[in-house]
Amino acid sequence: MPLAATIVVFLAIYAFGAVAYNNFLSTLVFGDLLTDNAFVIIAAIGATFVILSGGIDLSVGSMIGFVSVAMAALDAHGWHPLLSGLLMVSFGAMFGGVMGALIDACDIQPFILTLAAMFLLRGLCFVITLDSLPINHPFVAAFSDWRIPLPGGGRLSASALVMLASLAAAIALAHFTRFGANVYAIGGDRNSARLMGAPIRRTMVQVYALGGFYGALAGVAYAFYTGSGYPLAAVGVELDAIAAVVLGGTLLTGGVGYVAGTLFGGLIQGTIQTLITFDGRLTSWWTKIVIGALLFFFITAQRSITRSTALMRRPA
Amino acid sequence: MKIELPTSAAPALARRSAVAPKIFEWRAFWPLLALGLILLVDAFISPGFFSIRLVEGRLYGSLIDILYRGAPTAVVALGMAVVIGARGIDLSVGAVIAIAGAVMTELIHGGMSAPAVLLATLFVSLICGLWNGVLVAFLDIQPIIATLILMVAGRGVAQMIDAGTIVTFRSEFFSAISTGRLGPIPSRIVVAAAVYALTWAAMRRTALGLFVESVGANAEASRLTGIDSKFVTVATYLISGVAAGIAGILITSDIRGSDANNAGLWMELDAILAVVLGGGSLNGGRVYIFNTLIGVLIIQSLTTSILVSGLPPEYNLIVKAIVVFFCLLLQARPVRQAVGGMMWAKRP
Amino acid sequence: MQAAKVELIGVSKSFPGVTALDNVDVAFQPGEVHALLGENGAGKSTLIKIMTGALARDAGAVLMDGKPIELGSPAAAQAVGIGAVYQEVNLIPTLSVAANLTLERQPRRFGFISWRKAADDARAALARLDISIDVERPLGSYSLAVQHLVAIARALRDDTQVLVLDEPTASLDAREVERLFAILRDLKARGLAIVFITHFLDQVYQIADRITVLRNGRRVGAAPAAKLPQVELVSLMLGHELQAVEARGAIAEAKAGGEPVLSVKGLGAKRVMAPFDLELRAGDVLGLAGLLGSGRTETAKLVFGATPADSGAIHVGGKPVAIRSPRQAIQLGIGFCPEDRKREGLMLELTVRENIILALQTKRGWLRLLSAAEQEQLASDMIRALAIATPDAEKPVGQLSGGNQQKVILARWLVSNPRVLILDEPTRGIDVGAHAEIVALIRRLCAEGMALLVASSELDEIVAFSNRVAVLRDRRKVAEIAGETIERDDIVQAIAAP
Repeated sequence: MPLAATIVVFLAIYAFGAVAYNNFLSTLVFGDLLTDNAFVIIAAIGATFVILSGGIDLSVGSMIGFVSVAMAALDAHGWHPLLSGLLMVSFGAMFGGVMGALIDACDIQPFILTLAAMFLLRGLCFVITLDSLPINHPFVAAFSDWRIPLPGGGRLSASALVMLASLAAAIALAHFTRFGANVYAIGGDRNSARLMGAPIRRTMVQVYALGGFYGALAGVAYAFYTGSGYPLAAVGVELDAIAAVVLGGTLLTGGVGYVAGTLFGGLIQGTIQTLITFDGRLTSWWTKIVIGALLFFFITAQRSITRSTALMRRPA
Repeated sequence: MKIELPTSAAPALARRSAVAPKIFEWRAFWPLLALGLILLVDAFISPGFFSIRLVEGRLYGSLIDILYRGAPTAVVALGMAVVIGARGIDLSVGAVIAIAGAVMTELIHGGMSAPAVLLATLFVSLICGLWNGVLVAFLDIQPIIATLILMVAGRGVAQMIDAGTIVTFRSEFFSAISTGRLGPIPSRIVVAAAVYALTWAAMRRTALGLFVESVGANAEASRLTGIDSKFVTVATYLISGVAAGIAGILITSDIRGSDANNAGLWMELDAILAVVLGGGSLNGGRVYIFNTLIGVLIIQSLTTSILVSGLPPEYNLIVKAIVVFFCLLLQARPVRQAVGGMMWAKRP
Repeated sequence: MQAAKVELIGVSKSFPGVTALDNVDVAFQPGEVHALLGENGAGKSTLIKIMTGALARDAGAVLMDGKPIELGSPAAAQAVGIGAVYQEVNLIPTLSVAANLTLERQPRRFGFISWRKAADDARAALARLDISIDVERPLGSYSLAVQHLVAIARALRDDTQVLVLDEPTASLDAREVERLFAILRDLKARGLAIVFITHFLDQVYQIADRITVLRNGRRVGAAPAAKLPQVELVSLMLGHELQAVEARGAIAEAKAGGEPVLSVKGLGAKRVMAPFDLELRAGDVLGLAGLLGSGRTETAKLVFGATPADSGAIHVGGKPVAIRSPRQAIQLGIGFCPEDRKREGLMLELTVRENIILALQTKRGWLRLLSAAEQEQLASDMIRALAIATPDAEKPVGQLSGGNQQKVILARWLVSNPRVLILDEPTRGIDVGAHAEIVALIRRLCAEGMALLVASSELDEIVAFSNRVAVLRDRRKVAEIAGETIERDDIVQAIAAP
């Protein structure tokens, strides 16, 4: 149901654009929408797992910044971007895993621990460089130029494809593995999940590792997308990611939602932004206000749903 | 009716742990120790760190600088300490700072008198707090989520008021509040001290503090003891909103303009951090006013120390993150129990 | 007697401040339904949690088929054939029925879960209990009855030999109970050992072959169901432990008289408590007696306004009043010590002093803070008067023992100087010494003219301090016993009477 609501909202906004502006309903605009929002959506996919498990990860934006800077620095040392990207992605998974282990073992609130991680990663960015560093390797340019043409003049870029592939992998993980089932179980009711024999510690480590992995992958996508590393890159993207997850119909309290919803949540944000740039008269702050209003709408709707189920559960 | 009861059984006084020194039980001990250590390091790396000079009737020096720069954070953190005490959290303070700045700038341009602008700005931040409070107390939305809405939308609202540009202004009154001085003391330090005194009075000289802590410790038991927990919850967000408004006025007056994108950016994180570093638990139950102030000073003196140490400023965040990790681990219950267990084991 | 399937020998378990189980022996036979009975806090839940690997025991042994077993986790217990349906948490309402039934045992192909096969497995598991529902809907969308049956289906695997059910019938209606019992009889015939915890005595006699009664963590009785008449069972459950308290001379003499301080007419709430009348005069101690689930706590909370009533009228001091919240009740001079101290009574992080002055402070409002000197005076007076064992008034109340915590809550209400004090299980889970002190305190308070409403599962205690007793059964007031001599047996008869 919430997923359907998200898709309806997305279609409505997109339809509004199509009616109001020429060229909005074209594969060109849609292809660009996918490309421009690829890295945010990749990060949001990781955040979806963390939120489904009942946690939160604030370190995503800094992770993207750090990965882009580190890749640029390694590029200067002659590393192939694919190799440095691989290194970064495994670093992200490890970093996330350590966070998950600390959260579970030391009983620290995810909010505050990932906040500290956010500072740490952003701090590492500044230690590496204070300026924007270019990534000059020809592979990066080739990657951004490579695209599948779509009928109607549009194109599907490589980063959009990476995003769609990570989404497919995430859907398989979330809905068709025991790990995914355990994430939903822990987010739904941690205590019951424990009594039912789900491995809590292992799953928590895996969830945050996955969040870190997707965060780092988003960083790689960002680095390829911009062809540079910048220590202030992607500041606040963790909020965009969380907003995409919530707009995608996932309950912030955990246990309910679809990974696919996050794609539409991210696309809603992207479409609103595109609409506003298309218009030219509207100004950028409307993005934030509209997204805030949508968040309010979704959260209060979710609240009434969870309330009614909570009542069902209370023994008479 | 006076109840006089005989003491039928002598109170079997629980034995006090043998030699547990009282000072370790003092709440402010650990935060103060951390602050002391940072300042001690400063004393070594920068000999003139503790010197305070009077230049043109105003005090200068690293210590004054710490207080000066920490003032807006301190104001926000005090409000945050109250919210956290009632088991809430307010992520929107940064956005409220931006809104307050935008409203204030707009009103100054509208030709309103400075004191009226001040009151109107505080009123708007009160409304922001009310919005958060209503979402949390009456719609029963988790505080993190409820305040996230204003955190996201608030900056947009501020930009809308500013019409997307950085609007500047000139105002003797507001400059005096933020960057001026009262006697030899920078006036924003006086403002922060006044906010501290007010918070202290509200928490310790009315029963509100007790009610806030009671709701934070156990909301259901508070209801059964007759506390109107919805009212108390809303009150905490009102306090936090107004505190953010005051900080917004200080910051905006400082740069003499409203920068809706950057005013108070990440201030909520510093404020929450200050509360946690001061020993406050995000699980509520206690409002530590003095300790929160120390938390702010720890954060600010870290920043200042890195500046005076000659270490490049880019190390600022990383040092901060490491200190925070350390403090979090020290506060974590399992770690404390393990460490405590080791310490007791040594005693015969 | 056959060899026991599972046997617990000398099992003990303590939590900080409470002994939950004290050297308990119990044996569960295959092909029998074994009812485990006792009041709240008797140790039933702790016992089954130890038996199913959810809690570690402090001492004793668990044998299965005569051999000692160690159960490190619920999964380990399931692996040896012990399945359980816990009372408070069972399954995950946000997941589908199929996901709940197959968690951690989903059928997989190439590492990926085959949900079609999982749904088949789920349907097969439910079919064993004769249930046929859409297994792809979220569990939370079904009634509690169905949720319970699903939980049983999960606990019941092909190799399950012992099935533990903690209050499975609490939320079922008569027809659903009948259906559950049919299933249990079938399982029994298949040779399973079934452990059944309930507070419905008639159900015990319908289904159970053997009964074990726990009280305050000890086994106080065990017999085949056929050899334990209901009256005797009630008597066992409600205990005989209060010999220490002197005869109830003082109360009988206390002249309960004058106008009623509190009178309640037709107060009730749908599905909570049938409408009832109560009257309290100065110096009255009205006992609320009944078994677990009979409505003791509900009655107390209705009077205090903690549960909203949907019918009835309340008069305080002869004037009609509306009590819609605890705040209003407190302003009218009513106090309430709840049964669940940790959840509903104490602010554990706050100090003894703060906990003691809280009710008086709320009565005064937030602007008129009691001065530090007043607070310290009130706290130290109460610590002395109630002999609260604490080094000083500034200790967090969470660090005190159960008995002393209870005294702190009593102190909270005493300083607020109420006309009517409602006590729900004032002596639950506290040691013998503190127990006697609190009983003595109740008697002294009423001698001084306070009106008390005391709910208790300790019958001897009720007899010792009440001058009238309201008897509750199935959320209904069924009798009120008054007079010079309140006999324990009269109450037992009233409770047990069909």
